[in-house]
Amino acid sequence: MKSHIVPTKTYFLIWAGLLVLLLLTRGIAEFDLGIINTAAALFIAGIKMLLVILFFMHVRYQSRVVWIFAAAGFLWFLIMVSLTMSDYLTRRAVESPYDAATTAHEISNR
Amino acid sequence: MPEASPALAEQFENLEQQREAARLGLWTFLATEILFFGGLFLGYIVYRHAYPHDFAVAGKRTNVFLGGANTAVLLTSSLTMALAVHAAQENRTKILVRCLLLTIFFGLVFLGVKALEYTQDIHEHLLPGPSFFAQGGSRAELFFYFYWAMTALHGFHVLVGICVLGVVAVLSARGHYSAGYHNLVELTGLYWHFVDIIWIFLYPLLYLIDRHS
Repeated sequence: MKSHIVPTKTYFLIWAGLLVLLLLTRGIAEFDLGIINTAAALFIAGIKMLLVILFFMHVRYQSRVVWIFAAAGFLWFLIMVSLTMSDYLTRRAVESPYDAATTAHEISNR
Repeated sequence: MPEASPALAEQFENLEQQREAARLGLWTFLATEILFFGGLFLGYIVYRHAYPHDFAVAGKRTNVFLGGANTAVLLTSSLTMALAVHAAQENRTKILVRCLLLTIFFGLVFLGVKALEYTQDIHEHLLPGPSFFAQGGSRAELFFYFYWAMTALHGFHVLVGICVLGVVAVLSARGHYSAGYHNLVELTGLYWHFVDIIWIFLYPLLYLIDRHS
């Protein structure tokens, strides 16, 4: 498989797109949209990541095995987050010793 | 013909196979990097979920203008890095060296702005420790533990990237990559773009979310 040479115009377009997305995500942060703020910021960050991976890192033009290697790290990170949060989101919060110590300290200072 | 290339290591059939192996190796390294940073991202998510209010209050104290400007600087450095790889593919040594130097320049600008930000943060008592003082108390301090650890670890990666780019620039100027074999340039590019991706996520998490409230 020969190395694919991407025309420089593509790189400039991707860069312009990344800067537009940066301005967009900065603009959205000015408005109070509740949970949508977080969702939009992460969604835009995800699109920026995909643009960088597919074009700047050439993954779009490479073999399937590179796709798998590139996706594996992100996939395992998502597994780590989902398994951890499936615990934290479904269990009642338990007061940690750290909190208890802080509270006791704050009370004794009153 | 490619078999005659001095760049070909003996265990590979041809240069393209060697290139593919190097690519896979670097992506494997990047997977370990994802999990390396992943621990910090996961910790941030867990504590942000536990103390959403205090994290929101603390998150407003970071400098959103400098953070955004630095994002633009890093994205632009990724463009010059991509152009450097392109120049290497086309055997245009002069442009290759110039693009690498530009990438180093943007990397240094990024670190300079970050240093300026750190100075301001310390001045505003946002460095966790005895002098820390902010609304939200120890929970806001927790946010700043994440802020400092994540940005410092990322900054260290930028510094390593700049050093590697310096070596690649010197080798390029000596004509090491004019033989149609430019693996090291491509691999350095992959690493540099990855560091950019980490910042793409740090920017919304540490600067943007809750800016409005």
